[in-house]
Amino acid sequence: MYLLQIDWWIFFEKLILVAVIVTTALVVAMYSTYAERKIAAFLQDRRGPNRAGPFGLLQPMADGLKLFMKEEIIPMTSSKFLFVLGPMLAMITACMTSAVIPWGSTIDIKGHQVPLQISDINIGILYIFGVVSLGVYGIMIGGWASNNKFSLLAAVRGASQMISYELAMGLSLLAVLMLVGDLRMSSIVNHQIANGWNVLYQPLGFLIFFICALAECNRTPFDLPEAENELNFGYHQEYSSMKLGFYLFAEYINMFISAVVMSTLFFGGYDIPFVNEAAWGNHWWVGLIGFVVLMTKAALFIFLFMWIRWTIPRFRYDQLMNLGWKKLLPLALVNMLITAVVILLLHK
Amino acid sequence: MGITQILFWILAITAIFSALMVVISKNPVYSVLWLIVTFFTISGHYILLNAQFLAVVNIIVYAGAIMVLFLFVIMLMNLNKETEPQKSKWLKLAGAVAGGCLLLVLVAGLRHTEKQMTEMVTGDIGLIQNLGKVLFKDYVVPFEISSILFLSAMVGAVVLGKKEPRIPVETEMRKVEETQQAINI
Repeated sequence: MYLLQIDWWIFFEKLILVAVIVTTALVVAMYSTYAERKIAAFLQDRRGPNRAGPFGLLQPMADGLKLFMKEEIIPMTSSKFLFVLGPMLAMITACMTSAVIPWGSTIDIKGHQVPLQISDINIGILYIFGVVSLGVYGIMIGGWASNNKFSLLAAVRGASQMISYELAMGLSLLAVLMLVGDLRMSSIVNHQIANGWNVLYQPLGFLIFFICALAECNRTPFDLPEAENELNFGYHQEYSSMKLGFYLFAEYINMFISAVVMSTLFFGGYDIPFVNEAAWGNHWWVGLIGFVVLMTKAALFIFLFMWIRWTIPRFRYDQLMNLGWKKLLPLALVNMLITAVVILLLHK
Repeated sequence: MGITQILFWILAITAIFSALMVVISKNPVYSVLWLIVTFFTISGHYILLNAQFLAVVNIIVYAGAIMVLFLFVIMLMNLNKETEPQKSKWLKLAGAVAGGCLLLVLVAGLRHTEKQMTEMVTGDIGLIQNLGKVLFKDYVVPFEISSILFLSAMVGAVVLGKKEPRIPVETEMRKVEETQQAINI
């Protein structure tokens, strides 16, 4: 089936893949809100949500319904178009990163080789980095369009925090790149399957990346844009109804995606530890098991994020900037230098 | 018309439209946002030319970092329609003439180029491996010199942005004591 020189089967295949992956991300994010409340309850010796459905499992649906039903208020003095655009951008940039992540090995459907990855572009890591750097706009536009001083301050805070931590994040990624020698996400995973996980060679790089991921997702201890005792409610103060819901939801999608990115870059992606799954042959269920393994790793990271949120108090703003610029950035530079020297010595 | 050509036309029209909107928009924030759209369309053109690295670096550096700083400044200064300074008629005329001259030079420069469609989605020079090899083999010295230039600019910015040295604590304390004594007397 060819039209306009496009193979439409590939088009439909990718379309289905996109739908499945985005739905997965949304459902995981939905139940992350439930998990967050349950974990918070566990850490604080409470019960957590347990009214809607068995064990409160329907709580996310109830929350979503509530948000949709609430009255929607657009402030008179706001820029209406940008006010609506803000939460949209937050959601879009949160979902876009999933395009280059390899969710599983290639599966074989009736002779069709279907890779469980939407697009294996040869600049995979840089693409992720680019989308992350665009994540600022959702916050900035929303904060500015609200025409509220607290929102604007929170938006500026959020943006400067994200820009500051992007640098250290990029430098820690560079060390991984030197190790693998390719920017493709699939070859990063394959390299780890062959040579062991990157976290074994780059423990410091992983630590830096993890801290920066916390800051990029605006999670505690870096949730200064939402510091309610200083800024009322943060950059989404004027938002109500599902627009507020989208902002809150985008944070959980970001968390899920960054958990998946961390498992892909440092923890072998869909690789099962201590098992040579290539020996199992090319069955369709091998790809599915890989997907489940990746999800398990991501779930562990999401748990770690929540554990940190309910354990560590928030940083002060100058502490945050000092940590980013004076500690993480030099540390990432040193890490990069050491990696480069070791690779050079080993190759000679 | 192939798919690349359709994409090219869509991108080209969006690029020109958004570039015009940068100039036409009354509100500076909208101008910056339109400029970001323009950068995206230019990145799209890079991808059509199979220069994926350039495309993504364009987005990371311009849309992701520099435009955020622009937005920062504009939002913090709270520029909008009312605060825009009204320029005199002569200044506007001078601007139009200068812009027209630039257009003339560009048109004159492009008039004698070979009438040949640029090859789309061919050539691998824009891919990161080849670009890296070219930069670090054929153009090492200019590349390194430009990076030193960036470094010096960065150091300069840090020096300029540094705070003035504060009065030492001891002298401040002495001042406080002196005032207290003065009050007591």
